[in-house]
Amino acid sequence: MTEALDAFRAEVRDWLEANCPEEMRDGGSGEENICWGGKRWQFQSEAQKVWLERMAAKGWTVPTWPKDYGGGGLSRDEDKILQSEMRRIKARSPLQSFGIWMLGPALLHFGTHEQKAHYLPPIARGEVRWCQGYSEPGAGSDLASVQSRAEPRGDHFVVNGQKVWTSYADKADWIFALLRTDKDAPKHKGISFVLIDMSSEGVSTRPIRLISGSSPFCETFFDDVKVPREQVVGEENRGWDVAKYLLTHEREMISGGGGGLLGGRGVGAMLDGADDPVLRAGAMTCEIDALAMGLTLERYKDMAKTGSVGDASAMLKYYGTELNKRRNEVMMLAGGSDALEWDGAHGSLPADWLRSKANSIEGGTSEVMLSIISRRVLGLPA
Amino acid sequence: MTSLLKTEDETMLADSARGFLDDAAPVSHLRGLRDAGKVHDPALWAQMAEMGWTGVLVPEEAGGADMGHAAAGILAGEMGKTLVCSPFIGTAVIAATALRQVANDRASAALRGIAEGKTIYALAVDEGPKHDPDAAQMEAVADGNGFRISGAKTFVCDGMSADRVLVLARTGEGLTLFDLPTDRDGITRSAMSLVDSRDAARITFDAVAATGDDVLGQVDDAMTVLRPALEAGQAALAAEMGGVAAGAFAMTVEYLKERKQFGVPIGMFQALQHRAAHLWCETEVTASAIAHAGRKLDEDPAQATLAVSLAKARATQTVTLAVQEGVQMHGGIGMTDAFDMGFYMKRARVAAEWLGDYGYHAAIVARLREI
Repeated sequence: MTEALDAFRAEVRDWLEANCPEEMRDGGSGEENICWGGKRWQFQSEAQKVWLERMAAKGWTVPTWPKDYGGGGLSRDEDKILQSEMRRIKARSPLQSFGIWMLGPALLHFGTHEQKAHYLPPIARGEVRWCQGYSEPGAGSDLASVQSRAEPRGDHFVVNGQKVWTSYADKADWIFALLRTDKDAPKHKGISFVLIDMSSEGVSTRPIRLISGSSPFCETFFDDVKVPREQVVGEENRGWDVAKYLLTHEREMISGGGGGLLGGRGVGAMLDGADDPVLRAGAMTCEIDALAMGLTLERYKDMAKTGSVGDASAMLKYYGTELNKRRNEVMMLAGGSDALEWDGAHGSLPADWLRSKANSIEGGTSEVMLSIISRRVLGLPA
Repeated sequence: MTSLLKTEDETMLADSARGFLDDAAPVSHLRGLRDAGKVHDPALWAQMAEMGWTGVLVPEEAGGADMGHAAAGILAGEMGKTLVCSPFIGTAVIAATALRQVANDRASAALRGIAEGKTIYALAVDEGPKHDPDAAQMEAVADGNGFRISGAKTFVCDGMSADRVLVLARTGEGLTLFDLPTDRDGITRSAMSLVDSRDAARITFDAVAATGDDVLGQVDDAMTVLRPALEAGQAALAAEMGGVAAGAFAMTVEYLKERKQFGVPIGMFQALQHRAAHLWCETEVTASAIAHAGRKLDEDPAQATLAVSLAKARATQTVTLAVQEGVQMHGGIGMTDAFDMGFYMKRARVAAEWLGDYGYHAAIVARLREI
């Protein structure tokens, strides 16, 4: 077993050495360096394009997906090796997307063979970019009260309504949305998980400006949009099951790699020898909690390998995001008036600080997380 | 590094320890000792020796089980859940680790005594209300071929039951660790009546004679032996505190489900649900730091300082929150002596101070992380 993995590591190392362009070995993980893919994607450089094509051909943009659907068919151990070898040469991620993080896992779990074969390979190749249509103006924490309608008319639906907080809706090719397909059923039982082509007639988007400045968020409007009925994932009216499954994924993403909890700016560097005891105490506590949270993410990843972490992932989301908010407060305090200026001495810190306030709202608020924990982990009565 | 999840062997160890302790040392055992005015149960300690617990860190050639620090932490954690009163950390963890740093026949014999449950050790480091070993002032003055030790130590945990004591004293420019029998001429012990009803002593040293044979390790170089021992003790204590927090939390959640007010279980109230859920999150995050400290001591002991201080700091915060929420959510009954929650609160406070409080360990983390 170990020998096979060692051989795999050697193979990966050789392949990366031969195929990862020099320009893609700068560890660039900032927003500006992400390759999102999609029909309208403008590659930053020829190297970025080549890197995506080569990785996609190996199936390594989605290493653990089955080979039949554009993945690499790697085991978790092999995937770990691939990730560590990529880190070793500071290789950029070739492709990131909501298709990889969210729709992919949902389709792999709930999709038909035809749906998987049709939708997954273009995600793996970075050809189609997806966005997520969940929240509505009247459906935030109470997500199951979505009102956007998909009315069956023979072999298709007619979709009407509005979604909000749709990240990158203005850049995405397709959207996966929660829509009400039975308005008379109890609210959790009348929702379907529907895939919609954003270029369909009647779909429009409008960007949202946040307190932190411009953002990827949009409002998305559906006005008599025609959608074929076979574009429902899972059973009609059982979309809530798919949504719940995906929300767990989203939580793990926000608290883990996605949130950049442990990377980024170090509190130590910001303090720069400041001797204010209150500031120092805040920074120390933050650091202690961040280190312990980092270990907890590792422990939960290992737990996920042996079984499902399930509702306990709400802890990662709650604790990780609250911690990130605290950390940003400490850094703003450390920066003093130097940190009050947009794009000033501390770069994007003011915008990051403001943006961090959304961490404990998006993907389920901290209060929703605590309710999930109290009922489903601790078994307290509802 | 090995995963922070328990291995199969570790799960079995925890389960068997739990089974034994639920029977032999539930919280009522501590209550019984307190009511009888006792701080130690030799029969319980003998059973722990029989199961190999006293030799958890003693090499096999000295009669130990040599299970390592992660295993010691698991035992300490299970003990914490029911507030087991024993000299486990001072003897089986701290003294055993100190003695292991020294390769000589006397140390081997001492380790054998620990494994067999025949020798109880205590650590005499603190001189003031806060733990600060580097600042120890008590002097061991050179006298012929040996030393004369004079001064006083406080908060010597297990000090009244101990057969031997590890004493930190200043010698010339450095610090030296002495390993002395508690009946040596000039040593006087007086019991502290600690809030947690556990054993602790003030010890005075009146020109106590010590020879080179009484020195553990090298003269003027106590820390080579003492630092690993302190870190092992801090990690085990953090694990015990994790257990104390878990025990208090389990009682509290049960109570939230059972206790009815306004016609419903009080666990239906969101104000309490969210506090309980937050506390659970804290215990989960702390559990990772505790497990990590044990792994680090087993696999990379020379670089374990950060991991250990992280664990002790986190455990201190978490157990403090757990017992405070425990009393508050139990309401009036939580304040009564007849109910066990108070014992958890008292042990948490003593453990928070022993071997360095939150600030002491936070400062170590800050130094190592360059904050």
